[in-house]
Amino acid sequence: MSGGINFGAIRAIYLFEMSRFFRTLGQSFVSPVISTSLYFVVFGAAIGSRIDQVEGVSYGAFIVPGLVMLSVITQAISNASFGIYFPKFIGTIYELLSAPVNFLEIVAGYVGAAATKALFIGAVILGTAALFVEVQILHPFAMLAFLVLTCVSFALLGFIIGIWAENFEQLQLVPLLVVTPLVFLGGSFYSISMLPETWQTIALFNPVVYLISGFRWSFFGMADVPVGLSLLAIAGFTALCLTVLWWIFRTGWRIRT
Amino acid sequence: MAMVDITGLRKVYDDGFEALKGVDLSIHEGEILALLGPNGAGKTTLISAVCGIAVPTGGTIEVGGHDVLRDYRAARRLVGLVPQEVNLEPFEKVIRTVRFSRGLFGLPADEAKIEAILRKLSLWDKRDTPIRALSGGMKRRVLIAKALAHEPRVLFLDEPTAGVDVELRRDMWETVAELKADGVTIILTTHYIEEAEAIADRIGVISAGRILLVEDKASLMARLGRKTLRIDLAQPLAAIPGALSHHGLTLADDGATLVYSYDTGSTRSGIARLMADLTAEGLAVRDVSTAQDSLETIFVGLVNERQEGAA
Repeated sequence: MSGGINFGAIRAIYLFEMSRFFRTLGQSFVSPVISTSLYFVVFGAAIGSRIDQVEGVSYGAFIVPGLVMLSVITQAISNASFGIYFPKFIGTIYELLSAPVNFLEIVAGYVGAAATKALFIGAVILGTAALFVEVQILHPFAMLAFLVLTCVSFALLGFIIGIWAENFEQLQLVPLLVVTPLVFLGGSFYSISMLPETWQTIALFNPVVYLISGFRWSFFGMADVPVGLSLLAIAGFTALCLTVLWWIFRTGWRIRT
Repeated sequence: MAMVDITGLRKVYDDGFEALKGVDLSIHEGEILALLGPNGAGKTTLISAVCGIAVPTGGTIEVGGHDVLRDYRAARRLVGLVPQEVNLEPFEKVIRTVRFSRGLFGLPADEAKIEAILRKLSLWDKRDTPIRALSGGMKRRVLIAKALAHEPRVLFLDEPTAGVDVELRRDMWETVAELKADGVTIILTTHYIEEAEAIADRIGVISAGRILLVEDKASLMARLGRKTLRIDLAQPLAAIPGALSHHGLTLADDGATLVYSYDTGSTRSGIARLMADLTAEGLAVRDVSTAQDSLETIFVGLVNERQEGAA
């Protein structure tokens, strides 16, 4: 331990979580490849063949950023929520609570690992997409920044869900009932400008719209909302999640008795 | 010197249940303190509060002079915990889970240290075995290995031998004795009186959230213990003769044995007088034997006394 931060603990948690990922590397790799391929078969070939172009981009290529975001968001949430829920479920959380670690160190370890896993899945999907369509990335650094920020922020959300959940059903509740619809309705497979005007306004209340719009901008240089606004939205979301986590660890809500 | 100093510790849970009602306890460096108490007495809550798992409602706890709330990092670095439940990640290998525990305390990897711990606990041959494939006893050893991975100076063992066989229990006692020899302070909660009797230096009795007593094991037994004298008669009796009634005797073994109970702390045991009265009554004695009250008897007596006092 040095400089007041327990880097050893962050590293230990991170490596422990990553080892779980590597134990099931086959599943981790094969599952997103198959699902991405299916999306391309359905949306790219079956439906996409009837849609010419979206704002100058072929429909197959247009859905790539949305597909990556869809998987990255769901993977970040599920990995982080499971990562902290499982120790709660089997009782090994006592180790974390009795170790000389603070909330930031615990969060950094778990969220870091979950974000890394989601990032890996994102790269796999991008690679798989490249097999089906030509993928161009106009702003690669911005693309990477959006990807990393999305992985981290949704891993933070997943961590909160993992602490909140008291059973496996609750663990799935928020991702299935809230996050997945928001991602699907956030412009993963279409541009917001394709919606009727009223729905365009309603869509702007969906935070995922800003993420997908910014991410798509990094690929094709076009966005539903200004890029600065997208960055602001993701930074605000990250700050909100961190604040909630700070409160959770300060009060011990659903962690300490 | 007190390694763990607890003053006025209170814990009230959200549902209003007061698990600890002002506990004062001082645990000396290098000793083994056995904390005895019935279910729900507050043993696990007490340990949880010291280790940072439960947040105290009131009072203070210091470990090695460090307050467990204000200076939690320094305090927790000194403490190892073996929980009551076998809480382990089932798919992880033994050596990896022990490394993880060491890493959580911010210590650099030390394979020699990990090997020494695993060897001490007879786990070295199982180091690459997934935990789910281990026996219950082995899993308990893994819990101890994890608790020792950061070389704590204070070790809390929360009912470490609950549900394990006699052989393993004795192995555990040996391990505890070795740790004590290394200078580790050990606090043990247990239901097994024989466990406390076998390995503890001091005994604490907790009931309904209060410490009833903390005392040196030997002096506790000497102070509170009673001895029983069993007198085997040559001829069985149908009833105790009236001339012997003032001795408080009971008959056992279908009248073949007289049982006399006396206080070891008393200056006069009354044995000489009893034997004289037996001779005067013409009762032939075949054999005599004595037995001391176990801690269990003492413990039950204390808890009952407390409950009667409360009523």
